[in-house]
Amino acid sequence: MNENNNLLVRLKDCGVQKSSKWIVKGISLEIHKGKIVTLIGPNGSGKTTTAKMALNILKSDEGSIENYSTKMAYVPQKISIDWTMPLRVIDFMNLTSHINKDEIIEALALTGVQHLIYDEIHNLSGGEFQRVLIARAIAKKPDLLVLDEPVQGVDFNGEIALYNLIKEICIKLNCGILLISHDLHFVMSATDHVICLNGHICCSGSPKSIVKNSSYIELFGEHNAATLSLYQHEHDHSHQTDGSVKN
Amino acid sequence: MFDDFFIRALVAGVGIAIVAGPLGCLVIWRRLSYFGDTLSHSALLGVTLAYSFSLNIAFSVFVISAVVALLLVSLQKRTKLAGDSLLGLLAHSTLAIGLVLIGFLSYIRFDLMGLLFGDILAVTTADIGLVWIGGSIILIILYFIWKSLFSATVNYDLSAAEGMRPEFSNFIFTLLLAGVIALSIKMIGALLITGLLLIPAAIARNISNSPRQMIVIAILSGILSVVVGLFASLEVNTSSGPSIIVVALILFIISLVPLEIKGQLQKR
Repeated sequence: MNENNNLLVRLKDCGVQKSSKWIVKGISLEIHKGKIVTLIGPNGSGKTTTAKMALNILKSDEGSIENYSTKMAYVPQKISIDWTMPLRVIDFMNLTSHINKDEIIEALALTGVQHLIYDEIHNLSGGEFQRVLIARAIAKKPDLLVLDEPVQGVDFNGEIALYNLIKEICIKLNCGILLISHDLHFVMSATDHVICLNGHICCSGSPKSIVKNSSYIELFGEHNAATLSLYQHEHDHSHQTDGSVKN
Repeated sequence: MFDDFFIRALVAGVGIAIVAGPLGCLVIWRRLSYFGDTLSHSALLGVTLAYSFSLNIAFSVFVISAVVALLLVSLQKRTKLAGDSLLGLLAHSTLAIGLVLIGFLSYIRFDLMGLLFGDILAVTTADIGLVWIGGSIILIILYFIWKSLFSATVNYDLSAAEGMRPEFSNFIFTLLLAGVIALSIKMIGALLITGLLLIPAAIARNISNSPRQMIVIAILSGILSVVVGLFASLEVNTSSGPSIIVVALILFIISLVPLEIKGQLQKR
């Protein structure tokens, strides 16, 4: 299969403007089948906005988006289910497509919450709900999976298991994954392509090359960067408070 | 069979209750009760316009409600006012315009009470046809957009990301709401329609634990409210709309009992 057949999404110089201020600008990225692309960056750096562009939820105000994915699944960062709705886990699993019960149980078992299948969503803890969200996305068998801080609120052991699961799923389903994560250890050890965001793409590349990059070190601090890399380089640009590049 | 006005009212009322069930659940889930109110207040304007230009009442009410809904969307984009302020603005101004117009129509004998609170005597065989055919169309459309509408109710982004086109189904849902108000204004009256949407769904919420169950119970309690309400209205000669809503309220209070017992059991 050639390179193009594996392409799921291509963003070319995309950006989103809100009341005449650019939230993100000049974003270019590609997601291929079987590869994990990670977005890292500080709060408010436009990670979620970028993910929403890739998912066609937000329209890009510049550049172009090509989307060849046929089945997308999404684990949003924040989701609150209104208590006015009596929604059980099993109803939630069937939300956007019909999945048979065996597959639902299988997916819930993967994230360790199969015993909650008939529980009401609003009785779940934050971590349990997060596991249900991931299970739901997996059960859809997508070709593009977008995970926005998928393990928030999950206990420490669970976090490692879920990250391993994500890696496994990527290989098993041969799906492309766009992951937003603050766990630099996982990002650096298991993903194929890392993009450092701060309103624009500061740097991007393979994890190996990224940890050597000066922008990355500047964004995450010497200490964090040093745990993953011994290299330091001269900064090639510096940031204004809104994240744009100072000239 | 439909010779008796009471049978006619019963058949039409049950039809409305069936349509109001699922739509009422969505209104509750999406916290749209005040939106429903606004649409039904504007329905009065629709009725007066129908009389002024001798149009079909249901058609005219539907058009006005749909226009008000679209106005709301465009005002939300243009102004900095919150949704509830805009709803209040639209509800009361359309109600006021409707009432002013009624003043101009003094040459027509007007039953204002009937418009506001519903009148079972006014239900004709044609109305029954309208309720059941119109109601069926609403339910069929609802069936086709259900997955999209429901997923968007749970989470809009999720629904949009996974190709459910929630924007489109939200728009259709607004029209369906306008439709059910148009169908029921004659029976229930402009001021109380939202009650028939909301209260059966609220009853259902108290005693159900899945969305499907909630819809079924909403329909059943709606039907029960209509049937008992209409018998009571016949018996004690009260307006049909308020009688139905009072019965629904009583059912709501009864539905609190299992909730209360459950709470007590959990305390132990």
